[in-house]
Amino acid sequence: MKRLLSIELHKLRYNKSAKVISIVYFVLITFIALIASIEFSFGNVNFRVADQGIFNFPYIWHFNTWVAAMLKLFLAIVIVSMMSNEYSYRTLKQNLIDGLSKREFVLSKFITVVGFAFVSTLFVFIVSMVLGLMFSDFNEVSIIFSQMEYLLAYFVKLLGFFSFCLFLGILVKRSAFALGFLLIWFILESIAFGLMKWQFFKDTDIANHISQFFPLQAMSNLIVEPLSRLGAIKTAASQLGEGFAKSYDVSWSAFIIVLAWTFIFSWLSYVILKKRDL
Amino acid sequence: MNTILTLNKLTKHYGPIKAVQELSFTIEKGNVYGILGPNGSGKSTTLGMVLNVVNKTDGNFHWFDGSDSTHNALKKVGAIIERPNFYPFMTAAQNLQLVCKIKEVDTSKIEEKLELVGLLERKNSKFSTFSLGMKQRLAIASALLNDPEILILDEPTNGLDPQGIHQIREIIKKIASGGTTILLASHLLDEVEKVCSHVVILRQGKKLYSGTVDGMNASHGFFTLKSDNLESLKAALEQHPDFASVKEENGTLVAFLKHPMEASEINRYLFDKGVVLSHLVHRKESLEEQFLQLTKSLN
Repeated sequence: MKRLLSIELHKLRYNKSAKVISIVYFVLITFIALIASIEFSFGNVNFRVADQGIFNFPYIWHFNTWVAAMLKLFLAIVIVSMMSNEYSYRTLKQNLIDGLSKREFVLSKFITVVGFAFVSTLFVFIVSMVLGLMFSDFNEVSIIFSQMEYLLAYFVKLLGFFSFCLFLGILVKRSAFALGFLLIWFILESIAFGLMKWQFFKDTDIANHISQFFPLQAMSNLIVEPLSRLGAIKTAASQLGEGFAKSYDVSWSAFIIVLAWTFIFSWLSYVILKKRDL
Repeated sequence: MNTILTLNKLTKHYGPIKAVQELSFTIEKGNVYGILGPNGSGKSTTLGMVLNVVNKTDGNFHWFDGSDSTHNALKKVGAIIERPNFYPFMTAAQNLQLVCKIKEVDTSKIEEKLELVGLLERKNSKFSTFSLGMKQRLAIASALLNDPEILILDEPTNGLDPQGIHQIREIIKKIASGGTTILLASHLLDEVEKVCSHVVILRQGKKLYSGTVDGMNASHGFFTLKSDNLESLKAALEQHPDFASVKEENGTLVAFLKHPMEASEINRYLFDKGVVLSHLVHRKESLEEQFLQLTKSLN
């Protein structure tokens, strides 16, 4: 386990572009803090985003994990290329000849992906904690550490997404095409959902029931958008007579579905590699 | 003798193409083996199968006594196939450190092996800045990091300039003289002839021959002879029972032997017959001639 991780880190450590993108990614996460400084004024009303309660515990766990999750595309580039590079440099072949088994090879990539997801989660935790302690209206320990399941959901969301990237890297072998495939997959999911919703199963919930099993949809279901939960917007909506009856909790069914996809993607990566002649 | 590698009816089909068919042979410790064959005869596919990168269709193989998994056995093997594959953004030393991690060996040998292939001064240069000859030498250094039981080289001089070819050959000879078992795949026959003691000959995925280089052909070589009087020389040779055939080539007679014979013996025989020679050489067929004969006879 340690050996596999150290092999993979050795490959990443000296790869300049992978290093730059990873650093940019983590810096961007810390830049969530910048949202705090957004200020604008309507006439003589001064509006400061940080005062609107977005950094209140426990809401901040929800808000920050949701925003940080959008940045995952940066690491997706690193992960896809760390896989497809092995094909283009033909080092995959050399690694196997040198005595790495195909199972160990996939495992070393998977462990790295787990590591990426874990470090991201840790980062989001620290950034949120600092921001929360600075701006939150509530600082009781029991409130600070409530609704922490958003962090777990964030971790699983990244894990699922990165496993998907890993799988695409192995399947397609070229980073640009693999990322293109990711986009195509997203479009396909949307089209499939659209067709079901407005063509085949009109006026029913069947489309939603089916699409929750799609990998990308399941990942997005894990953390529901937090914006409409915000006090100010809620108030505005109820003034307009438009109430929200929506659950913002982490969806445990999505949780299980994403974990299942993580397993399927990693397992398929191994199967594809095993069957291939290199 | 210790067996290093055993192949038993190993077979690989790529769809309808039969790349390797029921190939069986063994590699014993201490010998230098050559796998010969024209392009596309299945050399690289065979090596790919035993090196865990190509899936076999049928048959089996095992490393050493067969008690360990293939990938663990490969940690005791050094192999280079086709062209050198390394991470271009890493330096020579960093690439070798990675190989050490994969093979689970200490990194202490890196300098020693870089020295052996003459790359020590360039150890901190990026791999992408290397010439092909240097890349190939780095690959050899990498294959030697674990002091392997066997070194496998697939077309190690392919695409190199004469100087590069010479350097690689010198390195191979140096390694062979240290007692390391070597398996060398090549279509360059003189290359194999210069370093190998045993050969396996493949054609269209089938084994034509495996054994020692000397035992490859049952023939006992041939004489090339010249005399002022070619007519009587030819007549005398044809009378002798030990010659299978006599041919004339550019004013020289070539006489093929059925039984072993010393040059002095034929000289005395001809002198007794009143023929005086101006030229007499006893030669064995070169590997190339033997190889062409062997592959031709099956056409």
